[in-house]
Amino acid sequence: MSEKPEKLIDKKGIRLDGRKADELRPVKLEVGVIPNADGSAYIEHGKNKILVGVFGPREMHPKHLSQTDRMVLRCRYHMAPFSVQERKSPAPSRREVELSKVIREALEPSVFTDLYPRSGIDVFIEVLQADGGTRCASITAASLAIADAGIPLRDLVVACAAGKIEDTVVLDLYDAEDKLGAADVPVAIMPNLNAVTLLQMDGILTPDEFETAVSMAMEGCKKIYAMQKEALRTKYMTVKEEAEE
Amino acid sequence: MPVFFEKKQLVTPGELLAEGDYLAGENTYMEENKIYSSRIGLADTENKKVNVVALRAFYMPKAGDIVIGTVIEVGFNGWTVDIKSPYTALLRASDVLNRPFKPQNDELSQVLNAGDLIVAKVASYDRAHDPQLTVSEPGLGKITRGQILHVTPTKIPRVIGKKGSMISMIKQVTGCQIILGVNGVVLITGKNIEDEELAMMAIQKIEAESHTSGLTDRITQLLKEEKAKIESKMEEKKE
Repeated sequence: MSEKPEKLIDKKGIRLDGRKADELRPVKLEVGVIPNADGSAYIEHGKNKILVGVFGPREMHPKHLSQTDRMVLRCRYHMAPFSVQERKSPAPSRREVELSKVIREALEPSVFTDLYPRSGIDVFIEVLQADGGTRCASITAASLAIADAGIPLRDLVVACAAGKIEDTVVLDLYDAEDKLGAADVPVAIMPNLNAVTLLQMDGILTPDEFETAVSMAMEGCKKIYAMQKEALRTKYMTVKEEAEE
Repeated sequence: MPVFFEKKQLVTPGELLAEGDYLAGENTYMEENKIYSSRIGLADTENKKVNVVALRAFYMPKAGDIVIGTVIEVGFNGWTVDIKSPYTALLRASDVLNRPFKPQNDELSQVLNAGDLIVAKVASYDRAHDPQLTVSEPGLGKITRGQILHVTPTKIPRVIGKKGSMISMIKQVTGCQIILGVNGVVLITGKNIEDEELAMMAIQKIEAESHTSGLTDRITQLLKEEKAKIESKMEEKKE
C-alpha cells in the first residue's frame, strides 16, 4: 500500500477489491489442526490467516489467579512479526493487550464457567497474516477451538464487522478500507440465543448509519455461523464416515 | 412440543434441540423452556429427556470411579497425581502404607516416585476440594508392566460394550488383562507384546468407530483374523 487511492468505492457500488457493499470476503475454516492442543481452529478470512489453540480446563498457574466459584478464561491475542508489511515487534503491544481483553470478554458469556470452579482455560490466538478485521476472525476461530476442546458452550460465538467508507455503509472492511474509511463497527453474536457479546465502534456514524451497520454485520455473522457449524461438523463427520466404510 | 433433531444427528453447541415439555439431559441446557446442546455430539431422546452423547469431552472426577494416573509430585504426606482431568488428585501416604505415616520412618519417594503410574479409586470429590484417591482395595496400586493407551473419556462406555460384552470379548481373544480407567486411560497387560498390541489396535479401532452399529461383531472378526496371523507366524518361527 503505497499511495492513497482516489475512490474506495465506485459509482456502481463496487469496492477496491471488487466486492459489493454487502459482500463478505471468502472465509475458510478448519477445526482440529493442532494435535498438541486440547482444541484448535484455523481461519482464513480474506487475507487474514489466524491460528487458535485452546488448552484446558486445567489447573490454574499461578494458583492465586484461580477463582473458587468459576473457571477462569485467559486469552492471548498475538500478531506474528511477519503478519504485517512492516515487521511488528513480537512483544505484546498496547493494542494486543486490549484486543486480548476484548476477545476474552466476547467469548466469556458463551462458556459455562461455573461448572468447573478453580480451573482455567487458555486461548492462544496467533495472527499469521493480518488484513483488517482480525479481532472478528479471531473470535470466530477461538469459539470453534473452545468447542473442539470439548468445553460446554451456550452457543458458538461469531463475529463480523461493518463500517463506512466514503458515504456508504459496507460489510467486512479490509485493511485499506479500515485505515482510509470513516468508521468500523465490529459485532460478535451468539446466533441461536440472539445475544450480542461484542459491539464496538471506531469512527463517526449517524444513528441511522449505525443501525444499518449493526444489522448488516449481524447478517454477515449469520453467514459465517453457517460455515462455522459446517467446519465443526466436517471434522466429526469424517470420523463417522471413515467408520462406516 | 416439537423436537428439532433426528435420532443420532450430529449437533453443535448452541443448537436448538427441543421445546416445551422435555428435560435437559447430558450435555444440554435449558433456557426459557427450550433445550439447547452444549457440546458437539449425537442427540437422542430417552422418554422425556434429551441427551447429547459428546464426541469430545474431558474427565470429571466422581467418587467410586477407577482411574489410572501419573504421579507428578511427591509431597510431605502424600502424592499429587495427574488423572487427566481439570483437577489434580491427591493420594495420602497413610492410605498407601496402610498404617499411620511417620515422616522420620518412611521415605515416600521409595514407595511411589514422580512418573510412576497407578491404578486408583476416587475416594471423594466435590466442587470445593480436589479429588482424593485411594489404593486400599485389591487390584489397585502401582503399575509394574503393560501398555498404556489414551482414549477420549466419553468413549470408555463403548469400549466396555453392553454389559461388558466388548471388553470381555477382547480379553478372551487376546488373553490380556485390561483395566479401563474411567478417565480415558487404558492399561493392557498380556503374556507377550503381540497380544498387547492386538488389544491396543482393537481399542483404537473402537474409539475411531464408536458411533457405528454392529461394532462388536466386526471387532471380533478382526481380532480373530489377526490372532490367527500371529499364531501362524509363531508356528513358522518354531519350524
